[in-house]
Amino acid sequence: MAGEVEVKALLFASYADAYGSGEVRLLLPVGSTVGDAVDAVRAKSPTAIPARPLVALNERYATLDDALSSGDEVALIPPVAGG
Amino acid sequence: MRAALVTRPIDVAAMIAEVADPSCGAASVFLGTVRNVNDGRQVTGIEYKAYEPMAVREIGGILSRARDRFGIEHIVVEHRLGFLELGEVSIAIVAAHPHRQAAMDATRYAIEEIKKKVPIWKLEHYADGSREWVDPTRAADDAPQPGPVAEVVG
Repeated sequence: MAGEVEVKALLFASYADAYGSGEVRLLLPVGSTVGDAVDAVRAKSPTAIPARPLVALNERYATLDDALSSGDEVALIPPVAGG
Repeated sequence: MRAALVTRPIDVAAMIAEVADPSCGAASVFLGTVRNVNDGRQVTGIEYKAYEPMAVREIGGILSRARDRFGIEHIVVEHRLGFLELGEVSIAIVAAHPHRQAAMDATRYAIEEIKKKVPIWKLEHYADGSREWVDPTRAADDAPQPGPVAEVVG
């Protein structure tokens, strides 16, 4: 749709549990940032997901200020615990 | 160099064979295994999950930096996903080099970086039936604490 970007947001681990899903499609105004996508997700689960989580854009660590384009994949990354 | 996420038991012997090279006088192996206690709680197993394509990409980047820093050409990492029983190997890192110092430095560098930067999570299962996602930024742990966001980005 004109004037909007459609992005996919991925949630993992504790964030996915809190949100109730690991994936959500978001329609955001053109010019939106990764931080706007985070805010849209947090609108449903404001307490379980921090306001400034680690984020990735298209599988690379990103900042909340990075701009979004249609088709982007944003990931909200809880504290990692591999190994 | 190879980085993989696997859902089968890790075959460490096969990984050692994979890095073997006549020019190398040392092979260093790091294994991470499932421990029976964490933060004072009795652990019965751990379920590992990952943001898989990004995790493979991040581990690959770490191995590239290990090559640049330590001159390591032969290094492989396998991280297992899914439910693991106590004592099972969750991660194996094997590095071979002409000399032992670089081989050992590279495996240590790789595990420390993986713990800080790779999007993998563990859901601990406890003896009382409860489960909890491990948060190294909160729990007392023997692992180094992740740095600030700015250190992880890029």
